[in-house]
Amino acid sequence: MFSNILIYFVVIPLLMLAGLALCRNIKQIRTVAVVGSLALTGLSVYLLMDYLALRAAGETAQMLYTDSWSWFAPLNINLSVGVDGISVAMLLLSSIILLTGSFASWKIDQPKEFFLWLVLLSTGVFGFFISIDLFTMFMFYEVALIPMYLLIGVWGSGNKNYSAMKLTLMLMGGSAFLMLGLIGIYYHSAPEGGQLTWNILEIAQNNSIEKGWQYFLFPMTFVGFGVLGAMFPFHTWSPDGHASAPTAVSMLHAGVLMKLGGYGCFRVAIYLMPTAANDLAWIFLILTGISVVYGAFSACVQTDLKYINAYSSVSHCGLVLFAILMLNTTAMTGAIMQMLSHGLMTALFFALIGMIYGRTHTRDIRMMGGLMKIMPFLAVCYVIAGMASLGLPGLSGFVAEMTIFVGSFEQGMADYLNGTGSLRLVFTIIACCSIVITAVYILRVVGKLLLGPVQDEHHLQLTDATWWERTSTVTLILCVAAIGCFPNFFADLIKFTFSPEIFTVLGMN
Amino acid sequence: MEATIPVLILAIPLFMFLLLGLLGNKMSHKLAGILGTAGMGVTLVLAYITAFTYFFSGSADFISETGQRLQYVVFNVDWLQFYENLVIRLGFLLDPISALLLVVITTISFMVHLYSNGYMRDHHGVWEKGFQRFYAFLSLFSFSMLGLVVATNIFQMYIFWELVGASSYLLIGFYYTKPSAVSASKKAFIVTRFADLGFLIGILVLSYYTGTFNFTDLTSVPAGENIYSISLTTSEHIKNVFAGSAAPMFMGASVLTWALVLIFMGGMGKSAMMPLHIWLPDAMEGPTPVSALIHAATMVVAGVYLVARLFPLYLMEEASLNIITVVGAITALYAAMVACTQVDIKRVLAFSTISQIAFMMVSLGVARPEFHEGLGYMASMFHLFTHAMFKALLFLGAGALIHAIGSNDYTDMHGLRKYMPVTHITFLIGCLAIAGIIPFSGFFSKDEILSSCLGNGWVAYIWMSFVAGLTAFYMFRLYYLIFWWKEHKVREGHHAPHDQPWTMTVPLVILAAVSVVAGFVPFGNLVSWNGEPYDFMAHFDWNVAAVSLLVAVLAIALATKMYIKENPLPAKMKNALPNLWRWCHHRFYWDELYIFITHKIIFGCVSRPIAWFDRHIIDGTMDGFAYITNKASYAIRGLQSGNIQMYVWVYLIGALLLGTIAAVCLI
Repeated sequence: MFSNILIYFVVIPLLMLAGLALCRNIKQIRTVAVVGSLALTGLSVYLLMDYLALRAAGETAQMLYTDSWSWFAPLNINLSVGVDGISVAMLLLSSIILLTGSFASWKIDQPKEFFLWLVLLSTGVFGFFISIDLFTMFMFYEVALIPMYLLIGVWGSGNKNYSAMKLTLMLMGGSAFLMLGLIGIYYHSAPEGGQLTWNILEIAQNNSIEKGWQYFLFPMTFVGFGVLGAMFPFHTWSPDGHASAPTAVSMLHAGVLMKLGGYGCFRVAIYLMPTAANDLAWIFLILTGISVVYGAFSACVQTDLKYINAYSSVSHCGLVLFAILMLNTTAMTGAIMQMLSHGLMTALFFALIGMIYGRTHTRDIRMMGGLMKIMPFLAVCYVIAGMASLGLPGLSGFVAEMTIFVGSFEQGMADYLNGTGSLRLVFTIIACCSIVITAVYILRVVGKLLLGPVQDEHHLQLTDATWWERTSTVTLILCVAAIGCFPNFFADLIKFTFSPEIFTVLGMN
Repeated sequence: MEATIPVLILAIPLFMFLLLGLLGNKMSHKLAGILGTAGMGVTLVLAYITAFTYFFSGSADFISETGQRLQYVVFNVDWLQFYENLVIRLGFLLDPISALLLVVITTISFMVHLYSNGYMRDHHGVWEKGFQRFYAFLSLFSFSMLGLVVATNIFQMYIFWELVGASSYLLIGFYYTKPSAVSASKKAFIVTRFADLGFLIGILVLSYYTGTFNFTDLTSVPAGENIYSISLTTSEHIKNVFAGSAAPMFMGASVLTWALVLIFMGGMGKSAMMPLHIWLPDAMEGPTPVSALIHAATMVVAGVYLVARLFPLYLMEEASLNIITVVGAITALYAAMVACTQVDIKRVLAFSTISQIAFMMVSLGVARPEFHEGLGYMASMFHLFTHAMFKALLFLGAGALIHAIGSNDYTDMHGLRKYMPVTHITFLIGCLAIAGIIPFSGFFSKDEILSSCLGNGWVAYIWMSFVAGLTAFYMFRLYYLIFWWKEHKVREGHHAPHDQPWTMTVPLVILAAVSVVAGFVPFGNLVSWNGEPYDFMAHFDWNVAAVSLLVAVLAIALATKMYIKENPLPAKMKNALPNLWRWCHHRFYWDELYIFITHKIIFGCVSRPIAWFDRHIIDGTMDGFAYITNKASYAIRGLQSGNIQMYVWVYLIGALLLGTIAAVCLI
């Protein structure tokens, strides 16, 4: 029907929306959600295979499957699509999380409305990852953000109104910066007298943003996306937001939406404004470097499971932005692997926390204990998620972190020996320390929550995971293990984009 | 060499882990035990075949024409590529020490697998809960440990290094409902993780300068050349990085020294060197067979193995070897002193392990090619081998005692020699071996270590001889307190302690036999620092042997005098040196210090303030913005009242003001 495969990533969610609108009972809703997300997963896998086949056949263009449809000609706004290895990986991640998230919300109240908003959110996510036009990208970005307010405000728990409002307003604040930045980029997207454009590839080719403007626009866009990437000090929406959000929303938000931030940072801010990225990286390196240890230390003393995980996300996502700012092929490859790894792992965490909360009705680790004895399946999954988080080899966290550390250290040493400063080196070593702190908070939770004697007699009646919960967690664990066992596959997929020919900033060092 | 057998050596334990881990609950306890043991048995046979082929086949792959043993990479698969030549590979490296460790690990692991069939059930034959899980974890550990020793590059070693850490965590915390076991496992993981941070940074530094992870590139010793012409890497650019006056420096020391010391820090964590030793005594919370396998014979010697693996690099930097010597010597003395005062028999053995590993470290630290052609290196590996056998024997013996008595304290044992004769004899053999009595295995290896200490100087020699004397003393103190001292209480009838089922006895007897004869293995022909055959007897120093034997006999005599029968001598000693005794008994308060650092400093002074800062200052600022916006909109809300009269008033005042301003400007 459509000549371009990428359009289906928006069409399928739209069809799902239509299907959901027609549904009459929970069974139909579940069917639509599962079939739709299965279709999306299948499509992403097919895209991955096709993409690899094209590359193997010698395709060297930066973006494949590019296409463009005019949308608003006076401002040269187009619906332009195209993907490279990174977008393909992100699409796969998003569809897997949507699938597992659907299974995790099997028993949600008001399912029809819930799934409508959830799928709308996913439409935004998929649209964002396939767009290469700044305007449509921004539009999809907003489509992904707004449903969050309702999803948390209606289906959330605890202080949900406050959290929903805070999350939305902070992210909207970020969007305001972002919009200014994007419009600024548009007005400098072509040399004097040239046709202005929103298309990323064309802007990069024109390379006509003057240095002064880059200094102004780079922080705008980086902070704009950085807010969603939970960059210190703009991260405080994350603990409250995640704590109040229902399971599937936490999964999708931490697993995919926070990745939009990191993705935007390198695809827009660094790619389009290499000079400023090279010169101003140090400011954001300090901020993200702080995020890494700051989030980890904060997680050490939290007592609410979701807060622990939210701070842990601050730390792990901080590492993503940190690695991107190293402006080094290996470190940036590691950043994308960390995005994949964190997406899967944190979705697994939030799914498990949701399942535990659904049974014990508390998320306070002081109120629980010895769950290993009561719900062994969930507990073992939790331990595996924890092990992935603290970087056990064979699971995804290890390969991502090691790629980041090797690349960052390389860059740090190069800077140090060139005499360009020791900032990168110092912060790399500080970031390395996070592997110890992560171990502290993960093992603290595992020890208190899962091991030891049973804390509450009432918990003895609780049951272990149901089949849909098992499906959800096992799928995620398999994905985490796949990245951890075959890292070179993913590294090769990603590395292609981070070459000095494409990212001119990489040639500057 | 075909890759089939080496692949199977790694694949079988991994498969057993997955099988028992996923399907263990579906199968009976007995089947799980048999499967795990059989899997390990096959691995044992394959490992023996591999080691035998390596040492004795005489193939040109393994031994040069001049008789030098070579490093041989059986297979090497790319796993994760960072740069063109900076690649993590998973492979299988055969050389003297990896072949040696293959034998040690599979032997001890098989013994422990067999032994656990008896140990993990009570006297009525009821299986321990989670028996299948236990065997799954044992298989995981064996897999990781085997992967560690056959690593072809330092990053592969790091990967498996982390995996052994995790399996050690799982096994220490096997009795997961017991809070003490949970906190012990947590402590072990975090302390070794902290050490691994140093290891990781060391790897990063080393690989940055050399551009490679491969051991063969880092440490190959070219045959017949000057020992200092170690080829570091194939790249011309880096070849001379560390040699000569242009060596990169950092804060007064060469970068290589920094890298090596940081890597050694990882070794200190795993091998429980001071001050990172505190996790090992607590790790005794795990089931005793686990202590025998992981915390006595295999995992804790990983640090020694790491230093031995990179030994040619360490040789380039005298300073790093001196650091190893000092750390080892202090740890050896400290642990031996503490071992003299502990009540829990497993803790005595744990401190004894720390002390013996420190012996190996010292031996590596004092090893120099110019002194007895690198005797220390050979001695260290020899002691690693003999120690693995007799310490596993002692631990399994202690397990048999604990299994029979149901307590870890010697105060509950006393006078057991009549009830458990097999355990008694095998335990005695272990004690004689560790004390270094001729002709038991410990005599030979310890004697070589002391000989090589002599190369470093008199201080090292006398220091380590003194520790060797202490070793004999505390081991026989333990032996007498368990098997002699006094008849504790009347033990009769059905509940009298008795020897164990055959699954537990067989490993004890085999290990005891090995401990007796292992000293006669022509070790020098097999393992030496540069692969050249080493004439052991030509370097045997009878003076040193005589002195060390004398020291051991004197120490045993003292222990006999004090502990063979109930008497007031020990109490007198304790009262004569109350402070020394108290510090030793409380392990020099290291645990208290660590609790202070973690709880008061890390949690109290870092984490809590950061969490508070985040909630109140950062988040407070965000809330403050919202508050101000809210207030501001309330404040100006009155302007939008919808009241026409007021709008007119505002309009008039505004017009008047503007008019006035215009008038003023015009005038």
